[in-house]
Amino acid sequence: MTGQGRLAAWGVGLAALVALPFVYRDPYHLHILVLILIWSFAYTSWSMMGRFGLVSLGHGGFMGIGAYVTALLWNHLGLTPWIGIPVSMVAAGALALIVGYPCFRFRITGHYFVLVTLALSGIVLQVITATRDYTGGSLGYTPNRASSNKLLALQFDDKTIWYLIALGVWLFGIVVWHWVDRSMARYALEAISEDEDAAAAAGVDVTAEKLKITLLSALMTALAGAIYCQYQMFITPDTVSGIAVSLQMVFAAIVGGLFVSLGPTFGAIITILLAETLRIGFGTKAVGWDNLVYGVLLVLFIIFLPKGILGSLLDRLKPQRKVPRAHEQEAVQIARPGA
Amino acid sequence: MGMQAFLDIFDIYLLEAVINGILLGGVLALLALGLNLIFGVIDVTWICYAELVMIGMYAMYFMVQVYGISYFIAAPLTVLLVAMLGAALHYLVIAPLLTAPPINQLLATGGVLFVLQSFATVAFGIDFRNLGIRLPVLSFGDMNFSYARLLSFLAALVGMVAVYLFMTRTFTGTAIRAISQDRQIMALMGVDTRRIYLITSAIGGGLAGLAACLLVLQYDVHPFVGLSFGPITFLICVLGGLGNFIGGFIAAFVFAEIISLGGLFSDLEWGYVLAFAFFIVMMFIRPAGLLARRR
Repeated sequence: MTGQGRLAAWGVGLAALVALPFVYRDPYHLHILVLILIWSFAYTSWSMMGRFGLVSLGHGGFMGIGAYVTALLWNHLGLTPWIGIPVSMVAAGALALIVGYPCFRFRITGHYFVLVTLALSGIVLQVITATRDYTGGSLGYTPNRASSNKLLALQFDDKTIWYLIALGVWLFGIVVWHWVDRSMARYALEAISEDEDAAAAAGVDVTAEKLKITLLSALMTALAGAIYCQYQMFITPDTVSGIAVSLQMVFAAIVGGLFVSLGPTFGAIITILLAETLRIGFGTKAVGWDNLVYGVLLVLFIIFLPKGILGSLLDRLKPQRKVPRAHEQEAVQIARPGA
Repeated sequence: MGMQAFLDIFDIYLLEAVINGILLGGVLALLALGLNLIFGVIDVTWICYAELVMIGMYAMYFMVQVYGISYFIAAPLTVLLVAMLGAALHYLVIAPLLTAPPINQLLATGGVLFVLQSFATVAFGIDFRNLGIRLPVLSFGDMNFSYARLLSFLAALVGMVAVYLFMTRTFTGTAIRAISQDRQIMALMGVDTRRIYLITSAIGGGLAGLAACLLVLQYDVHPFVGLSFGPITFLICVLGGLGNFIGGFIAAFVFAEIISLGGLFSDLEWGYVLAFAFFIVMMFIRPAGLLARRR
């Protein structure tokens, strides 16, 4: 597709998405669409660093901070989410820097990085549970209903408004994705993900580049958490934070495909529709069955379709331009026998 | 109450917390050993490790509480069951992914975490259950120690010594250690890598099973119980150095002390938070792990 053709396709698609709630008003379907958009944004945020081999299982922590800090500031201090959301994002960003800096500075990569971030989201969950006097612990938390100024409280009863907000946030995520995709940072980060030492030798500031993308990713994930909280008006530690949410992000991004901008969105559509279908299919009498089937499908996915559905489809449609990665790495190893 | 009396009581509690920390460290060291063994040999991390322990705890609960089997007969059966579960996990999930990117192996075990948690929810419900065995409390001077913790500590030590002897005194154990040093060359030396991987996974599972037998004496079991000690096990392994058995052993006791002393001042959850803060600080001081030599 030519550049102009692609732009036109995006334009038509967007116009259709904006027009949708004015034509089609089924509240349940609109609700599912809002959820898909918000989670798509979260998954896109995760894949910003995930696509460069920085697999974080700590994003459940960032999302939880976004949701809980915003809600706590509103309930206890009466601070409007318009200020609360930026504050929560700064909090998540600060945590990302505190954990990210030693990890990147001292070359904690691969398994180590995954386990450290995994522990991070576990700990955020523990903190939310431990501060149950304020956060309601595992029973969940509800932001106070605003009596008068709905706009100031960022609380809307109309699903159409929420749909448009979620659409805007999602679009913002896609735009940032493309912005990173076209920046110099992308090349630096791709070099780092292939071989850190070689990238450093070529003049890439490895720690700084990794920190920048981690910060960006954490800020966006916190925003996703805050928006989710404002929309649902009820959060529990398990739905917005913790290891399960982190894993959910990674799975959806992988199912959809990491290396295309719409991959995480595609993953959100598939996983949420699957989860909803299973939930309704099994009904209320079979609690847990939906998650069981969901988990089995995810494991099968990773074993049989590691590139994701969209990624595998695109691979089949497009002729291979690049040399496969494993081969590249082999070539690097042969070139540097000392390493 | 005078200041001196206050200090006396405080010291007793402090000593009690220190000793309880050592006792907790035994079980954590057992968990870290299992995870380290699998990482060292197969180069994969089982994110669902704590969930294997959860399944083992349920097995103990059903055998002892529901079917009335003696604890000491149920325990070896549980170890065997979880060992088989570990081998099955390797055979069904890890083995097909051995040549895949490491991250896929990791995520597949993450998927197994989902599966095990929801399986437990479906099969056993979300109620908290316990063995109903209340072991006596051991009084020592003014200090009280739970008999269960003491027993767990000793059993964990015995388990670790058994693994040590197996690794150093048997041919299979030697082969396992050799593979952890050089994965490629051992296949050329006539060692059946697939068999060794399966045995290692079974041992790793067995250690989780043993930990389950011990933890079920102290804690209630529910489908999400793995989440309360899984993260801390991962931190221990990273701090000790993944695959480094001695480092994991020491780190387990350091963390157990922090959790125990942190819990002295407030809730147990804050002990975990303190442990994580300590972990971040240690990453700055000793980024390569607890036992790494500094250059």
